[in-house]
Amino acid sequence: MPVVIVDGQEIEIGADERLNCIEAARRAGKEIPHYCWHPGLSVVASCRMCLIETGQRDAATGKISMVPKLVPGCQTPVKDGTVIVTESPLVKESRARVEEALLINHPIDCPICDKAGECLLQDYHFEHGQAERRADLHPFTSRKRDVGPTVTLFVDRCIMCTRCVRFTREISGTAELMVTSRGAKEEIDVFPGHPLDNKLSGNVVDLCPVGALGDKDFLYQQRVWFLKREANVCGGCSAGCSISTEHNQDAVYRLKPRENPHVNKWWICDDGRYGWHHLHDSSRILEASRKVAGPAHRVHGSITPAVETIEWADVVTKLRDDLKAAGRLAVAVSPMLTVEEAWMLCAVARSIDPEAWLAPGFVPVTGTDESFPGGFTIRAEKCPNRRGVEEVLALYGAGGRSWNDLVAHVAAGKAAAAWITGGYPGPWIDTATAEAFAGLVQLVVQDLFDSPLMRLASWRLPATGFAERAGTWVNVAHHAQSFSQAIRPPAGVWPEGRLFWNMLGRRGLYDPVSVRQQIAGSSAALAALAGEMPATGVDLRIHQLA
Amino acid sequence: MKPNDPAITWLEERPLGLTERLYLPLFVQGLTTTARHLVSPKVTVSYPEQRPKVGNPLIYRGVHRLNRDPEGRVKCVACFLCATACPAHCIDIVATESPWPDREKYPESFQIDELRCIFCGMCEEACPVDAIELTSLLDLTGKSREEMIFDKEKLLSVYDMTKDAEPMKSAAMGGTL
Repeated sequence: MPVVIVDGQEIEIGADERLNCIEAARRAGKEIPHYCWHPGLSVVASCRMCLIETGQRDAATGKISMVPKLVPGCQTPVKDGTVIVTESPLVKESRARVEEALLINHPIDCPICDKAGECLLQDYHFEHGQAERRADLHPFTSRKRDVGPTVTLFVDRCIMCTRCVRFTREISGTAELMVTSRGAKEEIDVFPGHPLDNKLSGNVVDLCPVGALGDKDFLYQQRVWFLKREANVCGGCSAGCSISTEHNQDAVYRLKPRENPHVNKWWICDDGRYGWHHLHDSSRILEASRKVAGPAHRVHGSITPAVETIEWADVVTKLRDDLKAAGRLAVAVSPMLTVEEAWMLCAVARSIDPEAWLAPGFVPVTGTDESFPGGFTIRAEKCPNRRGVEEVLALYGAGGRSWNDLVAHVAAGKAAAAWITGGYPGPWIDTATAEAFAGLVQLVVQDLFDSPLMRLASWRLPATGFAERAGTWVNVAHHAQSFSQAIRPPAGVWPEGRLFWNMLGRRGLYDPVSVRQQIAGSSAALAALAGEMPATGVDLRIHQLA
Repeated sequence: MKPNDPAITWLEERPLGLTERLYLPLFVQGLTTTARHLVSPKVTVSYPEQRPKVGNPLIYRGVHRLNRDPEGRVKCVACFLCATACPAHCIDIVATESPWPDREKYPESFQIDELRCIFCGMCEEACPVDAIELTSLLDLTGKSREEMIFDKEKLLSVYDMTKDAEPMKSAAMGGTL
């Protein structure tokens, strides 16, 4: 195994690993500061922040000969015997000079800059910069430039690392961004008439090490140090990108990609990034209610049957009684549910009606899969857990069915009651399809928003969104990721998991981990879910290959 | 430690002497104290008929105000540093893009819950543009809790009310104006 010496500490690297000095030093617990280098992008070595001293140890004699100049760590690959020095006076002096040079033309408008608090320029200046300033403060504020529908460029804050330019050229493949002018007058800009409007555009904001690129959706909304971060999974499509939900006081402020080499690497698409606004939509259904016998009344011009609001604790018993009285039950298990919730829903259904007819819920599909040169794919299937739900249904002997089968089953009069779980962020069912459910004795609809089906429902139950639930999702590539709740649902709404947990008569708080262990123990296909789940998830096929 | 511990020295109360048992000398002594205070200068004021005198209004920590710039606009740049520094979490700001070219953002709404505030002055310390200051207004009353949540307009009106008596901190005092 090749050995690299980082500040006198010997570390082994893999024989076929191709690491640069930054990555090798990180293995030894040494952080080499860098702006322009990013593991997902090509190397330009332009920021000069990662300059270090390197050398080579002679394998035969053990004598170390150093390179007389400083070299950029990002551009220097390591091999057996490479010596890296990251803390020498020469390196420290170089870093302080680079910081000073970057700050000459940087406006010190940190108090109003949205990046303050997570800015590499700030962090590195505190760590590696010098206390006194030898140049005048100029300019005070930054010029602003609109580069696309999602991104604002603060021209003077830019340190010209060109990460964003390389991203649009290498990952999104759209090449909207470019560098204009030369030398100290260099600026990032878009080509005239070609705004930065690709579907991955939001990633340039994450890539920007300083506050030059601002996300319009998040700009001025909150200071970053108020935000709490929760590792989540995006529910926008079946790719299941790892995200970090950043929230404060039960309100989501932004979503950021979370590095996951198995799924999304460092990126997420804009559909997912801005796909959380429905969580705070005021038209969400927030109360559990059921139709009761009584005169219909008029609300906002439309005739509404009499309904009674039901306390959550009573839903547990009353819903069971109503469904039991109705008879044959059909259940749609939504692909928005987690594996744990789906499994518990099936168990609840079978405890009400041992013959309950289970099928997957509606799977929304929009367009076709969209792939980008950088290897990122936005899936057409706009739900996060179709595979997980299908695996759970197979456990209950209901594999191979689809939502259309369920509609046909109900339309043929084979069910007296139906329980349709939803959780879709937008409209998903038309009036004609919903008509198939009109003749049922009991129709339970659990969804985020009103829909033609919801209007027919005898039981209306609120659903919860992706950041409000906890559990496991299985993406299109059989990769399972567990996550916990980031924010509480509004107005005391019970997440699906809590409702099903209570309907199963289990005690205490809903514990997705114990349910996951139980599922893993009872299914060969989901056996990989057993034990502690790594933050990047597990591949469900891992045991089946062996 | 037990009551019979040798380290404890128990003291007996001194028996009363003759004058003490007579009561009258002590009675006179007490009345003398009362009489002395009747004629000595008062240290209290009859608030609210009389206003207490604030020593230095510039450093007194009373009701907040939001300062205006020379053009009469709110000086605040909505940086949230006061809300960050506030130990009582009584400041709530909603920032938005400013309509003026020389400023990037400004507070769309700026609320201070004066009932929650502990008047520590940390907001004033944190402000990078000297936009928030504590005045010498000390009697803060209201008929409801809602009334005691001061919004931007009210805080600006406090500035209009106090700007002549308490000018903004000059550069000589470490301010920006």
